[in-house]
Amino acid sequence: MSRSLRPLLATAVIFAIAYALAVLQFPAMFSTRVLGNFLTDNAFLGITAVGMTFVILSGGIDLSVGAVIGFTGVLVAVLISWAGWHPLTAFALALSIAAIFGGVMGLAIHYLQVPAFIVTLAGMFLARGGASVITQDSVPINHEFYDWISQLIIRLPGGGRLSFIGLLMVAVFIVGALVAHRTKFGSYVYALGGNPVSASLMGVPVARTTVAVYTLSSVLAALAGIVFSLYTSAGYPLAAVGVELDAISAVVIGGTLLTGGYGFVLGTFIGVMLLGLVQTYIIFDGTLSSWWTKIVIGALLFLFIVLQRLIFAASAQGEKAS
Amino acid sequence: MSSSEYALEARGIVKIFGNHVALDAVDFGLRAGEVHALLGENGAGKSTLIKILTGAYQPDGGTVLAAGAQVHLDNPQQAQAHGIGTVYQEVNLLPNRSVAENLFLGHQPTRFGLVRRRKMEADARLILKRYGLDIDPSSELGAHSVAVQQIVAIARAVELSGKVLILDEPTASLDRNEVERLFEIIRDLKAHGLAIVFITHFLDQVFAIADRVTILRNGKLVETRALDDMTRTDVVRLMLGKDVAFSGATGVEDARPMGEVLLDFANYGRKRSVHPFNLTIHKGEVIGVAGLLGSGRTEMARIMFGADAADEGTVKVAGKPASIARPTDAIGHGFGFCPEDRKAEGIFGDLSVRENIIIALQGKLGWFSALNRDEQMEIAGRFGESMDIRAASLDMPIKLLSGGNQQKVILSRWLATDPAFLILDEPTRGIDVGAHAEIVRTINRLRDEGLALVVISSELDEVVAYSSRIVVMRDREMVAELSGENINPGVIVQAIANHREGPST
Repeated sequence: MSRSLRPLLATAVIFAIAYALAVLQFPAMFSTRVLGNFLTDNAFLGITAVGMTFVILSGGIDLSVGAVIGFTGVLVAVLISWAGWHPLTAFALALSIAAIFGGVMGLAIHYLQVPAFIVTLAGMFLARGGASVITQDSVPINHEFYDWISQLIIRLPGGGRLSFIGLLMVAVFIVGALVAHRTKFGSYVYALGGNPVSASLMGVPVARTTVAVYTLSSVLAALAGIVFSLYTSAGYPLAAVGVELDAISAVVIGGTLLTGGYGFVLGTFIGVMLLGLVQTYIIFDGTLSSWWTKIVIGALLFLFIVLQRLIFAASAQGEKAS
Repeated sequence: MSSSEYALEARGIVKIFGNHVALDAVDFGLRAGEVHALLGENGAGKSTLIKILTGAYQPDGGTVLAAGAQVHLDNPQQAQAHGIGTVYQEVNLLPNRSVAENLFLGHQPTRFGLVRRRKMEADARLILKRYGLDIDPSSELGAHSVAVQQIVAIARAVELSGKVLILDEPTASLDRNEVERLFEIIRDLKAHGLAIVFITHFLDQVFAIADRVTILRNGKLVETRALDDMTRTDVVRLMLGKDVAFSGATGVEDARPMGEVLLDFANYGRKRSVHPFNLTIHKGEVIGVAGLLGSGRTEMARIMFGADAADEGTVKVAGKPASIARPTDAIGHGFGFCPEDRKAEGIFGDLSVRENIIIALQGKLGWFSALNRDEQMEIAGRFGESMDIRAASLDMPIKLLSGGNQQKVILSRWLATDPAFLILDEPTRGIDVGAHAEIVRTINRLRDEGLALVVISSELDEVVAYSSRIVVMRDREMVAELSGENINPGVIVQAIANHREGPST
């Protein structure tokens, strides 16, 4: 059908083939345990990538998300361990700060007409620097709330465990998909990515949508930071360095066009899972350097960019001929 | 004040940019159930007036009234809310979204905050049917032709606004049949009491569809009048404020001796682009290329210039076999090419007029013999004067110039390289009447100076006026070469249309 479905289909097929090959070599990879860990291990990346999907669909980019994760982790850890706050209060503050942070970036991008790349690059340095100003060390978190959360587990037959953070990621994806594909706000995001001039002439509230998109991205990055602190029970200012690039990769591998306007939130989910699969495979193999992950991600990214180029070029030709 | 003669009225509108008065106390009244043409040269203030009526600009003086009541239009949404919808020349919709979403964006039916896609698509289907479109509302808009997209844009504007429809050069990229289809829709909307503003550069279309006309010149209202008692000459005279000799002699059949052969294309073609053609071009002649949109006219120009490489046939330049596989080759042989899509392929929008003029010459000279600034200024100044380029300064970005002046700059760019052969693809499309006449004069002058030219144009009257021979394209094939008394619109139209009667030639 529509050409934007084709990259999504390609991602799904590649994931299925890759997973089947991995299972052929290591039958143990086909287990609820591995699948459960997939979700848990990639929860923070997945949540970040949902926000990144919105940003990229709108035609922008957000380089600050990794730094926001690091900042949130440190802030939460310090508030809980040093200041004695309850984690939920700390979470609320972290999410609010992120919302303001993202909102300001959105305002700058829209009103100052500065490219998102530059604004969010500045945001990245600010957030990362802010995290390091709070503390340079890794701050452990010991709180009964964290213990309680880590015990919220659904056990699956076969020894698998669905953790709270894994399920939270799935929930974020479902809500994200609904918002992107079924709400007016979602249609505005696609409109911006398709053609901002048309969008504004068609009555799309461009300023509001831009601000909302970057606010959403930062809030989800902060949520990912909270998830990361739940995952590691610590906060470290240099945590999640480069995660913004992993998130962008997952979005693009998931079939979203880097220039905006085409793509699916569900595709990003498959993209995240594909990245997780590569890592899991390398762990199973045990002899490969973990840097192979980067090489495979690089190859996949390249493949998908070429693939999208071909698909969109081919359909553009079809239009001209008809 | 509640009821009014006009669905939309502007009184004494003043708009000032810096120290330039774009609109000077302009009145404009639009009645329900009429098609009202808004005419003027580029820079006359048409687009400024439209932008005020659609809320994109705020006037510095005067008032806008909708249905007799004064309104403040701070943005396009407010204009929409007052029943004013607009369709622009370049379809301003979203090619990446479905037809239905393009119709309803911002007004999608929702339940609990979620868009009801089925209902939206069913509603869209009903609306599209009324506009004679039988397309799948869930299909991507970008998959449809420009004409269909234009109709979708009109449907959106009418459905969302419903009282006033402003059409800003909607026909610029449509072919004849598509224009006719659009006109049927406009007539139908008019019969339903819609008030329609129609802006175009095509006078034929004005006379075909409009009831009244408002003419602006230099930001001032010249006249608002019923079209019944006006002739084309009246309209042009009012637009230009002077008598212009618009049509030259028809047919260049003076027995001027033809120059020597400059170019000889033999069996020259490119697969899936242009069928092989034979064409000999002499110095001092203009070859007109006629044909419908998509007939292979532009493709022919592109392989002549090496923008696409020919994959069969040979070309001789001044008797010697040559290879023209890249524009650089062509420029080396003294070719120049003014492409059809000026914005995308012609100008460097952010560069100055001067830089736009010298760039081809600099390209020809190469990297290591840069023109210094004085030389650049001298060259740009010379052409600025001889081509009558109207720019406040040669150092201003070319994108701020009107279309006609941009075209003159691009012509100058090639003339600066002292070419032997120029290819002009639709050189007069979308430019105002004055610049139009200027370009036609320039074509004639260059021919007289011994240049060889190939000029592609949809305006038959124009092609006939300056061509010594006419090549007719159809279905990517050169189907006829006309000369002498065969150079008249009737014969050309027949050659273009021939295939309707069955296989020929």
